[in-house]
Amino acid sequence: MSIADPILTRRPESRVWKKFRAHKSAMLGGVLVAFFVLIALAAPILPVPDPAATDWGAVRKAPTAAHPFGTDEIGRDVLARMIWGAQASLLAGVVSVGIAVLLGVPLGIVAGYFGGWTDAVISRCTEALLAAPFLILAIALAAFLGPSLTNAMIAIGLSATPIFIRLTRGQVLSVKAEDYVTSARAIGLPTPKILTRYIFPNVLPPVLVQATLTIATAIIAEASLSFLGLGQQPPAPSWGSMLNTAKNFLNQAPWMAMWPGIAIFLVVLGFNLLGDGLRDALDPREH
Amino acid sequence: MNAFKTSLLAGLLSATALTVQAADLRIALQSDADVLDPDQSRTFVGRIVYASLCDKLVDITPDLELIPQLATGWEWSEDGKSLTMTLREGVVFHDGTPFNAQAVADNIDRSQNLEESRRKSELKSVTGVDVVDDYTVRFNMAAPDATLLAQFADRSGMMVSPTAAKAAGADFGLNPVCSGPFSFKERVAQDRIALERFPDYWNAGEIHFDSVTFLPIPDTTVRLANLQSGDVDMLERLAATDLAQAEGDGGITVERAVSLGYQGITFNVANGEKGDNPWGNDKRLRQALSYALDRDAINQVVFEGAFAPGNQPFPPTSPWYDADHPVPAQDVDKAKALLAEAGYPDGIDLEVQVPNTTVPLQLMQVVQAMAAEAGIRIEITSKEFATLLADQSAGDYQASQIGWSGRVDPDGNIHQFMTTGGGINDSHYSDPKVDEMLNAARASTDFEARKAEYDGARDVLIEDMPIVYLYHQTWIWALDTNLKGFTPYPDGMIRLEGVTLEN
Amino acid sequence: MLSFILRRILIAIPTILLISVFVFSLQKLLPGDPVLAMAGEERDAEVLEYLREKYRLNDPVPVQYLTWVGNALRGDLGISLRTNQPVTELIAEKLPVTIQLAVMAILFALVIGIPTGIVSAVKKGTVIDYVANIVALSGLSVPNFWLGIMLILLVSVRLNLLPASGYVPLSEDPVKSITTMLMPAFVLGTALAATLMRHTRSAMLGVLKSDYVRTARAKGLHERRVVLKHAFRNALTPIVTLTALLFGELIAGAVLTEQIFTIPGFGKLVVDAVFNRDYAVVQGIVLVTAVGFIVMNLLADVAYVLLNPRLRTA
Repeated sequence: MSIADPILTRRPESRVWKKFRAHKSAMLGGVLVAFFVLIALAAPILPVPDPAATDWGAVRKAPTAAHPFGTDEIGRDVLARMIWGAQASLLAGVVSVGIAVLLGVPLGIVAGYFGGWTDAVISRCTEALLAAPFLILAIALAAFLGPSLTNAMIAIGLSATPIFIRLTRGQVLSVKAEDYVTSARAIGLPTPKILTRYIFPNVLPPVLVQATLTIATAIIAEASLSFLGLGQQPPAPSWGSMLNTAKNFLNQAPWMAMWPGIAIFLVVLGFNLLGDGLRDALDPREH
Repeated sequence: MNAFKTSLLAGLLSATALTVQAADLRIALQSDADVLDPDQSRTFVGRIVYASLCDKLVDITPDLELIPQLATGWEWSEDGKSLTMTLREGVVFHDGTPFNAQAVADNIDRSQNLEESRRKSELKSVTGVDVVDDYTVRFNMAAPDATLLAQFADRSGMMVSPTAAKAAGADFGLNPVCSGPFSFKERVAQDRIALERFPDYWNAGEIHFDSVTFLPIPDTTVRLANLQSGDVDMLERLAATDLAQAEGDGGITVERAVSLGYQGITFNVANGEKGDNPWGNDKRLRQALSYALDRDAINQVVFEGAFAPGNQPFPPTSPWYDADHPVPAQDVDKAKALLAEAGYPDGIDLEVQVPNTTVPLQLMQVVQAMAAEAGIRIEITSKEFATLLADQSAGDYQASQIGWSGRVDPDGNIHQFMTTGGGINDSHYSDPKVDEMLNAARASTDFEARKAEYDGARDVLIEDMPIVYLYHQTWIWALDTNLKGFTPYPDGMIRLEGVTLEN
Repeated sequence: MLSFILRRILIAIPTILLISVFVFSLQKLLPGDPVLAMAGEERDAEVLEYLREKYRLNDPVPVQYLTWVGNALRGDLGISLRTNQPVTELIAEKLPVTIQLAVMAILFALVIGIPTGIVSAVKKGTVIDYVANIVALSGLSVPNFWLGIMLILLVSVRLNLLPASGYVPLSEDPVKSITTMLMPAFVLGTALAATLMRHTRSAMLGVLKSDYVRTARAKGLHERRVVLKHAFRNALTPIVTLTALLFGELIAGAVLTEQIFTIPGFGKLVVDAVFNRDYAVVQGIVLVTAVGFIVMNLLADVAYVLLNPRLRTA
């Protein structure tokens, strides 16, 4: 960091980390996310039944000692499917949001900062993407790229991009008019520096909030895509597709919807708390 | 806010209490109908609407006997090449046009010659219609066609007003005019189709409602909730998994009938390059798959035991079912032996395309698990229906989970699937002996003779197995207990003659 | 400002053309044959071929597109291959439904989301903040279908308070129309409220620490006034952006919610149309949605300027 920032002169990374660690809710968020990531990674070595193993004698059975989370519509262990499904769902959530952020934020900054034709072109394309039904994009991708989780993540990522472009652009527009930016421009500070020093930090908070929220949407969206032939194909589990199936058994087997619902809630809560912590830690005004 | 809401609701409640008194029958359908023109329509729900809107020349009993509706009697000629029908007198269409022999002739002409007509193949055998007198009509054929009467019990036999049809042309479906117990009032896509009582209906005494409203409600749980809350009076296609709940509800009556259709796995035997694969080339593999499956367990797991396991295009309860080939029990050893015999002792892969809806996916996952026991490794590819259908008809598939809604005449369940060049023979299965027998079964009106032909064809088909049949759906209706007199029919239709709402 | 709006309206014309080309070509890329998809069990090759000719599906794609544009310019958006209804009629039927649902849902979202967000930011780190956040995030994670079906089972089946599903036109019976749509609007609104709440909170947190809020406080202004007048106004940018986008998305249709509550809006119609390859219907609805997004984005851009007068010169 530059010498001009007295607060940030001494080892800024450790300071950020310290603040972050002191942030109790952020630590809780971190623990939640770490827990699910660990489960996703450790699925093969955890002592749970085969997630695809069926038992015709135990179809849609409520939780018992043998099946602590109950069984699903064709007698598979819900706990095992939750654990094995974690990987697909976390990937779907994180990677697609990653794609959306990496595409959306730079485009939004460019559109907002430079304005004029650049803005017009980017904004009109955003509108086109918004107006095109997601379904068409998804079916086309499924047909031409074939069914895979990666393609599903691309589809979800693309469809979530416009919101990040719009959010970033709006934020840039309002920051651009602030005194400190106009004066930075007046003294001839190079554009890349203005963008990274003044614009980007102001764009970050709404982007962080949106990113942590979109994870939930993305996890659920993966399910609708697996139904279209993108994403996880049966019998491979994902939380989203578990929820989707559970929809038909809300009366008969409420636990089928409950577990994936709770898991998605906890993951989203984790990421949101983490996002809050990150936001506070990166904010130089916060003590 | 809450108090405000409650008062709003109270007002609403009293309003709904009143509507119960009016004799409007509200029926929840699983999906929205397509175009409401009997000559152009394709969907099952469309036919349910027609049951109240359009009368047919003949109808069926729940046992599939053909009985009079607009035709009061009929007679085949000696050589089976002409069918003479006497027509009901005093019948008028909803627009006042009288129904007579000329109207029948005009209707057949429209079904055969309207460019958009989907009825052409059903009426292909009819070469001419003679108006013998006002209420007698004769259908002439080049060769005997036993299926014709059954066609007249469905859309091909639905009579539309010739005046209205002529005026509207291909747009007739926007404002259909028939001669059924109810006339068309309005339609809001995906919301409702409203019909109102036709006062001049020939059988008006049997109709006890002022109007019928069909409401497409796709979600099964919501369909049932609407019945439970009293927002609808009956619904069609209750999910089998909701049976226990509906039966446990004192306010609901459940009726059912095994359907005329089937569900199965169609193999690509010779449809393009993709047909040239072990599964298409070696019937032993297909037999192995059939032996690997426990059809009873499938029925129990996926349908709570409410449907009918099957291995033929006709359900075991049908008179056309070949009892010499009963539904096989699961036999994993036999399946393994067949695989080994075919040269796959270590198992084999199979790619099956499945429509992307809940039940087919659930079904195929059960099949997948059962097949795995025998060493058949199924890879499920879920596709949305349009893609699945296109791939299937283009031969771009190995196996496809698909079914058929069923027809009254057995011919409709088998001929177009199994004969060489048949209209829906996506398998491209071809066997001259089967062709011969299935064609012969068409030409005779004698039950025993026809049955012998179908049984003969079955002997070949059960070996070749281009389609592995799995089960027959059961139509399940749930009704308000106050609704009396409803009769379940295997064609899944809702006939309102004699149905009353008691309070 | 007026010239800005005029310019944007002029740009909207090529934008809509761009969108229609984009969607048209995407649709043509889809596998599946509309006539075959529509045929269902009735696949008479001869009739299918006739229908392909009739609907000009055998023409080269650019010709098909130009035909569509030509007709659209004359106000003819074609007919639905499935029901033969004119697309303009379908749109006229569904648009009021969709707008009513969108407005009610967004109202729910604004009324719940923004105040909670403000309170949560002001009371940051307190129990109120935690509870508000957890409720908001559960509102977001609870799938619409679950909440919808639970509400139907509870409110309609158990308590018999509201109709389980369906739609009554506003013109027919305003009270019944609004009460019928309360549940779906609430279900849609909860998830949107969560998003708005989180953004409001985040933006307020940023603004509450800024110099001008500190100045305002130093001037001895009442805290309530500081929060609502100075801070909130400056926190509005992301809220405006999102509200515009979310409203646009609602116009495009809320498929699952519409399906569960059987509301005949755009969502279900466009999904069925895509599945049936009912091109004209998809094109027509996309046209309307595109206009919706353009108008909403334009309103957002105007709002940015109103909120931050310095932008006017920029």
